[in-house]
Amino acid sequence: MADSRDEPLVLGIETSCDETGVGIVRGTTLLADAIASSVDEHARFGGVVPEVASRAHLEAMVPTIERALKEAGVSARDLDGIAVTAGPGLAGALLVGVSAAKAYAYALGKPLYGVNHLASHICVDQLEHGKLPEPTMALLVSGGHSSLLLSSDITSDVRPMGATIDDAAGEAFDKIARVLNLGFPGGPVIDRYAREGDPNAITFPRGLTGPRDPAYDFSFSGLKTSVARWIEAKRNAGEDVPVRDVSASFQEAVVDVLTRKAVRACKDEGVDHLMIGGGVAANSRLRALAQERCEAAGIRLRVPRPKLCTDNGAMVAALGAEMVARNRAASDWDLSADSSLPVTDPHVPGQAHTQAHAHSHDHVHEVSKDNLYS
Amino acid sequence: MLLLALDTATPAVTVALHDGERVVAESAQVDARRHGELLLPAVDRVLADAGVKLDAVTAVVAGVGPGPYTGLRVGLMTAETFGSALGVPVHGLCTLDGLAYAAGIEGDFVVATDARRKEVYWARYSGPRTRTTGPAVDRPADIAEQLAGLPAVGAGALLYPESFADARGPEYVSAASLAALAAERLAAGEELEPPRPLYLRRPDAQVPKNYKVVTPK
Ligand SMILES: [Zn+2]
Repeated sequence: MADSRDEPLVLGIETSCDETGVGIVRGTTLLADAIASSVDEHARFGGVVPEVASRAHLEAMVPTIERALKEAGVSARDLDGIAVTAGPGLAGALLVGVSAAKAYAYALGKPLYGVNHLASHICVDQLEHGKLPEPTMALLVSGGHSSLLLSSDITSDVRPMGATIDDAAGEAFDKIARVLNLGFPGGPVIDRYAREGDPNAITFPRGLTGPRDPAYDFSFSGLKTSVARWIEAKRNAGEDVPVRDVSASFQEAVVDVLTRKAVRACKDEGVDHLMIGGGVAANSRLRALAQERCEAAGIRLRVPRPKLCTDNGAMVAALGAEMVARNRAASDWDLSADSSLPVTDPHVPGQAHTQAHAHSHDHVHEVSKDNLYS
Repeated sequence: MLLLALDTATPAVTVALHDGERVVAESAQVDARRHGELLLPAVDRVLADAGVKLDAVTAVVAGVGPGPYTGLRVGLMTAETFGSALGVPVHGLCTLDGLAYAAGIEGDFVVATDARRKEVYWARYSGPRTRTTGPAVDRPADIAEQLAGLPAVGAGALLYPESFADARGPEYVSAASLAALAAERLAAGEELEPPRPLYLRRPDAQVPKNYKVVTPK
């Protein structure tokens, strides 16, 4: 039998946005991935409403933990640790998960690992394709993030290569879907219409792709404005808006830039693996174009199945298991929910376990602002 | 019987252990901004003071508010998760009831806590154990007339002396009084409430306006 340090049994809790996720893994093996989503409650608002999400997390948490344990067929007593998303994310939503994880770990006498949401998005691929190659280049794209990250050790070294300077990629999908009256969230529906449209019908701008632009940063705000303006012009002219062609052309502009920059980063850094995660990784055109360009460049592409790309508890458990396996310091009982936890902190080690933890960034604990109601 | 009581619905982060007869250990810290950080260490300290482990607890009692939501949820989530992990019941008690019990006033009085946004969470009592109105959330001036002349307990009352002429402490709830009240009710065979938050307000949810028109008119 494997030593439990090599194959630690870890429960992970994720509440950074609108999904209440509880996952259980044994090492790199997925045992359970229980999710309760409040997405339907947000749909009529056209975006995630923080207070609605926080209320839903509180209601869903314990039933989701119990469902995950049942699904995994393990006893809570046998867990080697409890991991939880400590940030970044919505402050009030994170705090529900952190409170639950602390109470659970304390009651069971297990170590607690507050981990980084973005590093978890990368680490989840271990459940699909085995141990992460080191180093790994990761492109994370969702409604909340668009980042290009390079990691040589997912528990200790995550370096930001580039990020969006305005909207997240998924946000652009949501906004364009709203302009086209296609509802929320926008990603899946635009993907569907785009399949029947011509990606070259309209040439929309590719943000930050000029010779003097930052090589790995993204910008989707200009694209969004340009697409909206194009649609309005059609409407003002009394013409029908070709929803399929607009969807396909918009989507092509997004995934063209994402894949072009990701492949370039791999080449520049001499990295022969690219992983793509986050909700937008479920986009069929992104997957296809990334596959094509990676093949041409001799890069191995790793994309987890869609359910593991969106926010879930399994990804948190996956990173927690890696923390246990690599003997990283557990978090303290006064662990904070940190809405702006920097991507360079894969986890939040406790003071009791390490020397003064250099927290170099000048972040604000959002919970400490005057926003107890949100 | 060993009750673990906690409340995070007011600026106080408060924890107490009650053995059915008396409070055996308690903790109260006032810091409206750090409920999430302070609660678990406080539980740990209270248990250590009493010389027991969490698994000795036979039931958990949580203040269900009303109170500022983010803080309130810390206590409720912690209590509910303890209950699930330990396999013990989790009871809810209105936070204002704990304050009323601690105030110990015979006769009619009001409890009011700070609801921010120039409002108070309040309830009316007839004796320390009997709530007759509320809880509700209102502007102090809007309820001043119907509550005129009554003693008023809590930080919400102290904050608005023009509406609550006879304002007095305690300002915040203590888990010790919540625990004592819960023990009393349980001993009398009463059912306590489920541990569900009393928000009293709907979530602030701005429906985004129609997408911004970008074409200059
Ligand atoms: Zn995410």
